[in-house]
Amino acid sequence: MEDIQIVAFRLANEEYGVNILNVQEIIRPTLVTRVPKAPNYLTGVINLRGNVVPVVNLRKRFGINKEKNNDNNTRIIILNVSDLKVGIIVDSVTEVQQITKEDIEEPNLIEFLDNKYVQAVAKHDNRLIIILYLQEILELGSENTVKTANSKE
Amino acid sequence: MNKSEYMDLFIEETREHLQFLNEGLLQIEKKPDDDGPINEIFRAAHTIKGMAATMGFEQITEITHKMENLLVKIREKDLVLSTAISDVLFGCVDTLEQMLENIIQGQKKEIDISYLITQLNNFENPVHISKIATINESINNSWNELNEYEHTLIVEAQKQNLNIYRFSINVSSDCVMKSVRVFMVFKSLEGIGEIIKSVPSSQDLEDEKFDNEFTVYFVSSKDKENIRKIINQISEISLENLEVYSYENTENTEKTAGGLEQEESNETTNYVKTKIHQTVRVDINKLDNLMNLVGELVINKTRLEQIFRTNDVASLNETVEQIDRITTDLQNVVMNVRMVPIEQVFNRFPRMVRDLSKELGKEVNLSLEGKETELDRTVIDEIGDPLVHLLRNAIDHGIENPEIRSGKGKNKAGTIRLIARQEGNSVVIIVQDDGQGISLNKIKEKSLEKGVVTNKELEQMDQNSILNLIFSPGFSTASTITDVSGRGVGLDVVKSKIQALSGNVYVENKEGEGTKFTIKLPLTLAIIQALLVKLGTEIYAVPLANIDETTGITDDLIKNIQGQEVMVLRGKVLPLVRLSEIFEAGGSEKPDEIYVVVVRKGEKQIGLVVNELIGQQEIVITSLGKLLSGIPGIAGAAILGDGKVSLILDVGTLF
Repeated sequence: MEDIQIVAFRLANEEYGVNILNVQEIIRPTLVTRVPKAPNYLTGVINLRGNVVPVVNLRKRFGINKEKNNDNNTRIIILNVSDLKVGIIVDSVTEVQQITKEDIEEPNLIEFLDNKYVQAVAKHDNRLIIILYLQEILELGSENTVKTANSKE
Repeated sequence: MNKSEYMDLFIEETREHLQFLNEGLLQIEKKPDDDGPINEIFRAAHTIKGMAATMGFEQITEITHKMENLLVKIREKDLVLSTAISDVLFGCVDTLEQMLENIIQGQKKEIDISYLITQLNNFENPVHISKIATINESINNSWNELNEYEHTLIVEAQKQNLNIYRFSINVSSDCVMKSVRVFMVFKSLEGIGEIIKSVPSSQDLEDEKFDNEFTVYFVSSKDKENIRKIINQISEISLENLEVYSYENTENTEKTAGGLEQEESNETTNYVKTKIHQTVRVDINKLDNLMNLVGELVINKTRLEQIFRTNDVASLNETVEQIDRITTDLQNVVMNVRMVPIEQVFNRFPRMVRDLSKELGKEVNLSLEGKETELDRTVIDEIGDPLVHLLRNAIDHGIENPEIRSGKGKNKAGTIRLIARQEGNSVVIIVQDDGQGISLNKIKEKSLEKGVVTNKELEQMDQNSILNLIFSPGFSTASTITDVSGRGVGLDVVKSKIQALSGNVYVENKEGEGTKFTIKLPLTLAIIQALLVKLGTEIYAVPLANIDETTGITDDLIKNIQGQEVMVLRGKVLPLVRLSEIFEAGGSEKPDEIYVVVVRKGEKQIGLVVNELIGQQEIVITSLGKLLSGIPGIAGAAILGDGKVSLILDVGTLF
């Protein structure tokens, strides 16, 4: 992995990050239309200036049981992953952070951390930020990143 | 100069000319005495040759050159067009199409054309080649270099009161790609008349085997000034020695009989060979973008109307109405631009039917009706395959062998009618054959055998339902699997494809007399009229095209038959579906005020129970995207006037 910039956000008690190149924009919560019979982690769709964009509930995706109502800090991060626009609901957006490659640990180097949604863990200011593997979260197939991971070994 | 700039043009035009070739060949096969088509295909082959040579596609040049030679002989009646010859010519066209396809895909594959070339050579009488004038080394200032054939052409032209010109074109010596200039000259000349001959020959010119000057013999209805103007539009060349030619006596056709004349002759009107299409080629993506923008405009228009209605600002009234009108007009125009005549799809069928019926030893006449009917571009792109399938079925299963047909007292040649027409907001395409029809007993047997239905189910079915079993997955009646059809992936694919286009397909059948498939498609896919309904707190849109009617009932009218809720509507039993239960939308109907939306899916009618009817609205269909695709009952989403996203019901997959 190289130096990256991430958008860091909070969800439940953890801090997560996504590569800033995948972030299109961050918006306040808006009305979400439920889509019946959709996978349960897909909350529904929103109207983003005339575009219909699906929204993922990360709590449900990560199996966090505790639900939380939207408050003043709740945001929807609109991501652009493999030409696909999708929103994720987060508790709050903390900051944009530069992470140097020395601070990044690949998950397979960390014992007992075996989670397909985690691409890496970044150490920063004594915090640990979980960098998410968006392709896997959105079930877009995993070829690309697996290859990069292997090539690093 | 960069050749790739011309690549798109080359591909488009070659495709067009290949289509001409195909059509022309079919025509002369039917009417060998008609001179029109042979000239047309000759010209098409010639144009392809010229373009391919310029672009450096040698194989295409070679094939078309040989084709041209053969066609000349046919045109001059030195050779009678036999089936064998037309087969070879068709083979050439196929190979050319294949080559073009390779070019488009950027593959540098060489196709083996030696077989075709040998065959072409066999038919072409080698003696004839000497007749086609060899290159005259010196350009002398007389008309002597014309051979007999070219003289006849000139005599013909003169009979039609056309002007005959001879002129030299001087290509400037610092021109980098002379052949391109030549090509451009030929191209613009062909636009206004006919080139009889060039010295050196066009082949040599294309290969740049000339110095800086070449001579052209040219027939046109245009006057001198016009020609001068057109030639001078091309840079790096100049026109010299423009002479008008006339015969004193057409009977006295010796090569020296020509006299020169500087006078300009009158314009004639009976020369109508040049067709000018005032069209622009536009990338389909641009049109899609335009359509999206119009879609957004429609969304915002609806919002504006809603704001206006709730706030009632009187002064806004006029503007809102204006915007409404303009948006509607704009939408119609953009929609029209996207409309393409179905001809594009139909055109490939005569050839396909010919080949197929020949292969199967059947005689089939294909009649095409309503070729000019227009459909949205996206529908056109998708409808080809289902139609091919239906036609193949008709030829393979429908039309009987000639002997059987005459035995039955039918015309030996079967007829397949392909009809397209517009009906209101839909387009109807009919594929009808006068073959043996579908045997209901065979359907029963097959569907039992394939496990499509059980015996018990079959007993309860009426004739129509049995007939519709042919659309079930895994059903195919052909007892032997042929190359053509009968691989078990048949009509169900046709049906699902058409349903994916929001259309429907019906079948009518008369055993022994033929089958008729009717496909009904919406004119356009992007913007539709829909009825908004409320389920609990959620709003859904039901496409108006699917709705037969709406009705309000009370609770006590709902009856139960074997656990299925039904109601009686004008004496007919109508099964009911509570949408809010299917979609888990919550909210229950008031018992004294239940709304039922009667929707149609093929032959079936069903009543959708909803909480509330909101009203009719124009909606723009937006896809839900990859993550949410394939949810049964949901066709997409639409953004409503208040900015909320509403889901569009897909009646086809709902039940």
